[in-house]
Amino acid sequence: WGFFALLQGCFVFKPSPKKRKVSHETEHDLGEGEVVSEDTELRFLTCQSLWNQIKAETEQIQEDLNKQLFDNLTGFLRQSHADFPEKTTEWTRGLRSREIPTAALVLGVNVTDHNLTFRSLSEVLQNNITPYVALLEAKNCAGIKHLMQKLLGQLMNCQVDEDSLEDEDYVQVSQKRIRCSMSSLVTWYQSVTKKTDSATPSKRTTSSSKYGQHPPIVVVLKDMESFSTKVLEDFIVISSQHIHELPLVLIFGIATSPMMIHNLLPHSVSSLLCIELFQSLSCKEHLSTVIEKLLLSPQYPFKLGEKALQVLINIFLYHDFSVQNFVKGYQVGNEHFKLRPWSGLAGCEGGSRRAGEGLLTRPCNDRTKSNGFKVYVESQGSEKQIALLTEDSCLKETVQELLENLHVYHENYISVLRCLHIFTSFLPKHPLGKQLRELHCTCLEDRVWETEEYESSLQLARMLNKSDLVTMLQQCVEIFVSSSGKQFGEIVEKLKEFLTQFQKLEAEAFQEPDVSISSQKELQKKTDLYHLQKTLLELKESKRSKKLTKFELLRFEIVDYIDSLVRQYLLPADHKTLHEVMYFNTASMLREHLNAAPRIALHAALNNPYCYLKNQALRTAGGSISNKAPDICIVYRLHLECGRLINLVDWLEAFSTVLMATEEPNADASSSDQDDDVIHARFIRAVSELEFLGFIKPSKQKTDHVARLTWGGC
Amino acid sequence: MPNLEHPAYPAAKLLQLESLVPCRESQVSLLLSIFGEREQFTFPSIFIYGHRASGKTYVMHTLLNTLQLPHVFVNCVEYFTSRLLLEEILIQLQSYSEAEQTSHVPCDTLNDFVRLFKQAVASRELQDQTLYIVLDRAEQLREMEANILPAFLRLQELTDRNVTVVLLSEIVWELFRPNTGCLEPVTLYFPDYSIGHLQKILSQNHPPVYSADFYAAYINILLGVFYMVCRDLKELQHLAALNFSKYCEPVVRGEANERDTRKLWKNIEPHLKKAMQTVYLREISSSQWERLQCDDGEPGQLKGLSAHTHVELPYYSKFLLIAAYLASYNPVRTDKRFFVKHHGKIRKTNFMKKHEKTSSHLLGPKPFPLDRLLAILHSIVDNRVAPTANIFSQITSLVTLQLLSMVGNNDQLDGPRYKCTVSLDFIRAVAR
Repeated sequence: WGFFALLQGCFVFKPSPKKRKVSHETEHDLGEGEVVSEDTELRFLTCQSLWNQIKAETEQIQEDLNKQLFDNLTGFLRQSHADFPEKTTEWTRGLRSREIPTAALVLGVNVTDHNLTFRSLSEVLQNNITPYVALLEAKNCAGIKHLMQKLLGQLMNCQVDEDSLEDEDYVQVSQKRIRCSMSSLVTWYQSVTKKTDSATPSKRTTSSSKYGQHPPIVVVLKDMESFSTKVLEDFIVISSQHIHELPLVLIFGIATSPMMIHNLLPHSVSSLLCIELFQSLSCKEHLSTVIEKLLLSPQYPFKLGEKALQVLINIFLYHDFSVQNFVKGYQVGNEHFKLRPWSGLAGCEGGSRRAGEGLLTRPCNDRTKSNGFKVYVESQGSEKQIALLTEDSCLKETVQELLENLHVYHENYISVLRCLHIFTSFLPKHPLGKQLRELHCTCLEDRVWETEEYESSLQLARMLNKSDLVTMLQQCVEIFVSSSGKQFGEIVEKLKEFLTQFQKLEAEAFQEPDVSISSQKELQKKTDLYHLQKTLLELKESKRSKKLTKFELLRFEIVDYIDSLVRQYLLPADHKTLHEVMYFNTASMLREHLNAAPRIALHAALNNPYCYLKNQALRTAGGSISNKAPDICIVYRLHLECGRLINLVDWLEAFSTVLMATEEPNADASSSDQDDDVIHARFIRAVSELEFLGFIKPSKQKTDHVARLTWGGC
Repeated sequence: MPNLEHPAYPAAKLLQLESLVPCRESQVSLLLSIFGEREQFTFPSIFIYGHRASGKTYVMHTLLNTLQLPHVFVNCVEYFTSRLLLEEILIQLQSYSEAEQTSHVPCDTLNDFVRLFKQAVASRELQDQTLYIVLDRAEQLREMEANILPAFLRLQELTDRNVTVVLLSEIVWELFRPNTGCLEPVTLYFPDYSIGHLQKILSQNHPPVYSADFYAAYINILLGVFYMVCRDLKELQHLAALNFSKYCEPVVRGEANERDTRKLWKNIEPHLKKAMQTVYLREISSSQWERLQCDDGEPGQLKGLSAHTHVELPYYSKFLLIAAYLASYNPVRTDKRFFVKHHGKIRKTNFMKKHEKTSSHLLGPKPFPLDRLLAILHSIVDNRVAPTANIFSQITSLVTLQLLSMVGNNDQLDGPRYKCTVSLDFIRAVAR
């Protein structure tokens, strides 16, 4: 954490190159055998430091989000064995069955994220509650024997790590490990705690005061679902036999629902447990926080474009719910730094001008490489154009200015976006999405005010009631006040003015009673049908032509003002010059890397070898099979035309026909005989390759047939 | 009531024993007559069975301890391999004999065991007294090596020492009998406690502050509520201890005296009913229950475990699960009809075969191949689904979450087959 603070500090105020020389050795990865130019080095370093910051930040976010959960858990653990060893002689003690305190930790289905959670959990436990924490995984615990071995190994080892001074202890432990039963664990625990009691006070006071006299033994079953019932039953029964001597606490990591405990364990076993439920934060909320803190913060110059962000969010929502994978995908986006010559500038954007100067020595050479910049140059006057293309200093100035602009744009963008989100998230049906990330995506995509959804949400906003409007305005004021942008003073003033106007309105409304009520009273008096109809019509007329009330006028004014803010500040990023320095938008690259389609790739390779081999001879028109293609491709193409069972003889026939297609028909008999053998061998090899790839398998129904295993088989 | 009588043991001890084992006097007296005097050889093996919490372990324990008969008590679940079991018996034997801990001797086979056992018995001053080896949860022995159970049954003969093996189990002897034949033990059945027995045993241990009658009345109410669902003595004891403070509440507050049974009943009855739905089923833990009692809160605030049935799944996982469910419960022949848009006409008659008319939910899920799952997935998802690696890994993660299960996992290349293991209610919740 300290390291992160240091990095952050040096980043914002003075990104001195000295600090960044942390990992000089690896920079060659980016150079890829070329001459490692100063530029690539710089880019690599920027990338590296940025990534370190981001990583630290994500970990911090995770920690913060889990804090509540862990606090509850530690409270539960502390309390669960508070009265160990029992001294109380209450009559209930004898009668009540001693249940094993158990925490059911519901973590959600994103199993990939769990490891990190468990790691930090065990860290927290070891810091606060007990040194004895064992993490068990189902794949290591096929039988009760393995489970006990793992458990004892982890517990006794952790003791060894605790104080490696006592060597004779270690020998004892290793001897005992042969007998892995609960009773040896009990004796071990007793010896350990006794030692704590009698050991020299100077050495032990710290640890015993930290953990208490009898720290509980925490056994974490990471993936409860995968454990077999038998193992769990046995383990729980055994532990419950020793709960008097051993302060044992179980933590079940559950991915689906806690109901599963009842499905897994019979009542006779679950009655030995004292289960309390702990629910972790939903992963969607986690993702929202990560996006808000990483992408929607001016602190990190590395941004994702609309398409790239959409790809990552889709993978998250459609496939795995894993925040970890989302962050990994974000990291892949860092490839950006490798590919774009100008992206080295991204690092200095938040920094001072001085930092920029250092970085700007390089881009002068490849000034025309950046497309966006070219456009910018062309849009300038001719004098300016020449200056930009020839004079380094002028270029530097301009680039710095542009970067500065971009930074200011971000700050404004984020605040206004949040402000707009406050309005839209209140609306019924959420035309612009419930989450901030959805709104962000829409804004990135195009001018948000040109979309239909924006139009409809403005219309809805014009119908908000007063109390909602006031709270929203107050929230907006808070956002603008707390944001780092400089030019929001005006906006805040304006919003506050609206608020005071509201107060005035309220006061006025208090004074003059409503007119419509009186007219309604009149309405009630009249009993005559004709008159009633008449007055109703009049009322309708008056309503249509009625002037808007003051409140309504004010409401329009506010909505219009918000609209103007949006139009001013929520311009999509790709309209800004030099946006490509910070934005990564190659969605196809992300999709290729993160959402691979092996079946499709394999099919493409075998069906159309040209797309990988790039051999002109393989280029075929239409669906015909070239005989120049690799054998396996020909065999594959032929097998696509068959049903579930493929006759090998027919297949070979077709294969040889394809191969012989272009050869001269009048070849002499002897050579064709030889050819047949070769073709046969080639065919067999290709077929076995196909079998190896899992497309076919030998069939038991007919000996000279093989069965297809892929699509179209049935 | 048979009074325990035996010439070998002092009458005072027998009286004490009798008071400790209420409602099991006849069994104890039978056991005593089987055991005979201390030095007498008795049956080589005794098999005691009866339901959970019918006092098998407790009776044996108290009997052996009160009369101070030399014995070894081992739980076969805890010592799950034959080696651990045999070693544990030896360790217990040694710890009896001397204070000094002899170093640990590995004992891998029964042959070793017999040898070491003879040594251990010899070193102990047993004076030819019968040694009892009690093996609790003896049904576990069947899962160990085949020779363990028969050998224990004739341990007396093998070791040529005065030893008797007592097996305790919840299942009948017929399920133990090995194919190869063995020495038949004496079997002894411990019947379930009747409601009268339960009342007697539970009321025996009344808290010192209150009178026995008061507590007996409480137990009466408790049994009235719980006897229908639970006859497990241990569980009832647990429940009695949990809820007693609530029962006493009116007395403590001075609203009722100890004899005011009706008032007390009115106070406790709904409370116990609630307990039956929550604590007894382990929906909420007993410590949470106690906390609720202290705070006088409504248990409605605390949701039980089964209240959290909702599982949040990624978009495609949901569809995969639904597709798996459809594949598991629909016959293959109907796929075309359900999932192809222009399936043509299907004659109503003869459409369903006879066995298909029984509800497929009664028959349980049927296995289906991966391809069928993907085909159904493609037809139920609106937009196109690319068969990406993520989709396949989602299937695997559904298997690890135990929502699907793999059937006959011989070879991945062989076209894996799955079964959907979730219920209709679950699928309804997912599909919503």
